[in-house]
Amino acid sequence: MSSETKQILTTDGIPLEVSLKKAERRNKIKAFLLVAPLLLFIIITYVFPIGDMLMRSVDDKMVTEMLPKTFKAMEKWDGKELPEEEVFAAFHSDFIKLVEEKREGKLSTQLNYTKNGFKSIIKKLRRKSKSFEEGNYKEQIMAVHKRWANVEYWQAIKRRAPAYTGQKYLKGIDMFKNENGEIVNVPEDRRIHRVLWLRTLEIAFFVTLFCFLMAYPIAHLLATLPMKYSNLLMICVLLPFWTSLLVRTASWMILLQQQGLVNDFFVGIGLVADDNRPEMMFNKTGSYVAMTQILLPFMVLPLYSVMKTISPSLMRAGKSLGGTPFVAFWKVYFPLTIPGIGAGCLLVFILAIGYYITPALVGGASGTLISNQIAFHMKSTLDWSFASAMGLMLLTGVLAIYWVYNKLVGIDNIKLG
Amino acid sequence: MNKEFVKFDKVDKSYDGKILVVKDLQLDIEEGEFVTMLGPSGSGKTTCLMMLAGFETPTHGEIYLDGKAISSIPPHKRGIGMVFQNYALFPHMTVYENLAFPLRVRKIPKDEADKKIDKALSMVSLQGFAQRMPGQLSGGQQQRVAVARSLVFDPQLVLMDEPLGALDKNLRESMQYEIKHIHESIGVTVVYVTHDQSEALTMSNRIAVFNDGKVQQLSSPDELYEKPVNSFVAEFIGENNTFAGEVSDISGGKCKVKLANAEILANPISVKGKGDKTTVSLRPERALINPGDKMDNVHKGKIEEVIYHGDHTRVRINLLGNSEFILKVPNSSSNLDVKLGNEIKIGWNSEDARALDPK
Repeated sequence: MSSETKQILTTDGIPLEVSLKKAERRNKIKAFLLVAPLLLFIIITYVFPIGDMLMRSVDDKMVTEMLPKTFKAMEKWDGKELPEEEVFAAFHSDFIKLVEEKREGKLSTQLNYTKNGFKSIIKKLRRKSKSFEEGNYKEQIMAVHKRWANVEYWQAIKRRAPAYTGQKYLKGIDMFKNENGEIVNVPEDRRIHRVLWLRTLEIAFFVTLFCFLMAYPIAHLLATLPMKYSNLLMICVLLPFWTSLLVRTASWMILLQQQGLVNDFFVGIGLVADDNRPEMMFNKTGSYVAMTQILLPFMVLPLYSVMKTISPSLMRAGKSLGGTPFVAFWKVYFPLTIPGIGAGCLLVFILAIGYYITPALVGGASGTLISNQIAFHMKSTLDWSFASAMGLMLLTGVLAIYWVYNKLVGIDNIKLG
Repeated sequence: MNKEFVKFDKVDKSYDGKILVVKDLQLDIEEGEFVTMLGPSGSGKTTCLMMLAGFETPTHGEIYLDGKAISSIPPHKRGIGMVFQNYALFPHMTVYENLAFPLRVRKIPKDEADKKIDKALSMVSLQGFAQRMPGQLSGGQQQRVAVARSLVFDPQLVLMDEPLGALDKNLRESMQYEIKHIHESIGVTVVYVTHDQSEALTMSNRIAVFNDGKVQQLSSPDELYEKPVNSFVAEFIGENNTFAGEVSDISGGKCKVKLANAEILANPISVKGKGDKTTVSLRPERALINPGDKMDNVHKGKIEEVIYHGDHTRVRINLLGNSEFILKVPNSSSNLDVKLGNEIKIGWNSEDARALDPK
């Protein structure tokens, strides 16, 4: 019927759809304006820094810009034997310019990352280059130091030609691109990052497990106790939450150190000998204990919020139907808490994987995590691009875990509160 | 039939050691019976049910099921089916899995279990719903699943804890009949808890009226309504007109009760002799307007309020100092003089006016 498809008009003759859109547009604008401050905040404080990090981690423009002529001349060079005079001349002209701008130091630092030994020969070149004569730069430069006559150093320079590089990421997993452009492992005695990654995963996994094992009964109690007691218990759970992280970590140091209270107690009851006190601090144990305690509320709260919604009559129903208390728990109660378990585990694992301050304080040498390494490069070596690369690898790892979780459990099944 | 299939023997229950929520409960339930525990909230009826199910332990006394003391048997070994107030269906299991749960824990082989589940589902007319999740069912359907689940493992006793409380009125009524018919067809013993008296009257063989931790009266629905033994039951079940007074004479199965400014004849139920305080209870439908000569109580009252109810009219009358006296006047042409402010004659038989304990 044509009357059915006819446009419906409002009383003042505007089509209903148009009128509806008009009415809703105001609400949409209002809603957008309400979220706009947060959106802006997120863009400025999150999206931009992450983008900057991503750029920084692959950015290798510095050397590219410092030696433009050299790299142009090197395009024709096959990289097998020493380059032609043309390349040396280009390098000399780039280098003179750098010396004038007093930037040759930076060049030497950058090249030194690629291959050790550049620092001294660049210093020497700067001194000698003042007395260079025009022409035949190849001979003159090679005469400065024997390394300048070594093809490996020129190959190293050429490797810095691209403006973007993934070498920081390779370094993050203890690999590098060798002279022939192959990706290989670094020598065994210099592999540190892989161990750290694995340790980070291991500690995050076990901290999550410990948190789960401890939080489940607490959350259950919280959800089932009468209000009077559950409030008190809730405060006990949250109290550490309100205490400064540093204070909590420091108190663990007091408790767990070799001359600490726990060790004193063990010696007191004769569990360990006084001269053989176990080390529970400044190693993995310290990280486990302190991180589990600190992250516990993040497991308790999602579990609690889910358990709170499970009617006690369900367990009763399970029992009245003939299930033993264990069967009633395992078949009825436990499956219903899975959304909370998922949320809690995901939260704790993600927090643990990027945990920094606690492992730095109590982890010692064997209990530090990848984030401590990132901080080390941010603060001490100032290799920000490497720190950025590792940070992004960590972020990718977290996203991967999230993705796996979504595939296995489904993100809709998560319940944070 | 076992007359004492379920037996509460001098059962006390206290939660805090100070207040008894169930006091010296003595209750026998016959096999195959439908007994309702009826009472206001806080009267101890649900506590009794929970003790029977095994979720609460009696503070004193013993409960027997089919001759066996069960206080020390945990709930899962009692083999009692139970329907909970909010159905308590397992939300993560399909209807089929919900029904299979009691069979699986009893290690009943799958083909036999399937037969039982089919039977139970057809009993509540929910064939074809086996693969649904409880969340996809309406309240009434969930209720039926809960009933089916409580019956699927053939328990001898089924407990129902206000199972219809969450349903709307129409659905509740149709479910009442449905549960009643299921009970009649399979002959299982049912102990039903409710605070809705019409539900109790509709469904039960016998009703135990609870108040203040005690069974006030245990009898069939008609007896409960017609012959309440105390003023609580009279007040709680159905509508009730009361006169408070003092017995001035008892003789020949009748007693005279002296009110503030009149005297009425009543049926002495719980009064012993002259001078006893009493509350006389009279059902509204037992009092008539313009009665004949046969009635031995005839008094005049003034109509204070008339409420039209279609098939009948409720009339509030100020009678013998009681301004809350309610009359139900059938809708017929002969009663047209029922108008606000009119003085009318009201009469009733002394047999229907039960002189009970004072309130």
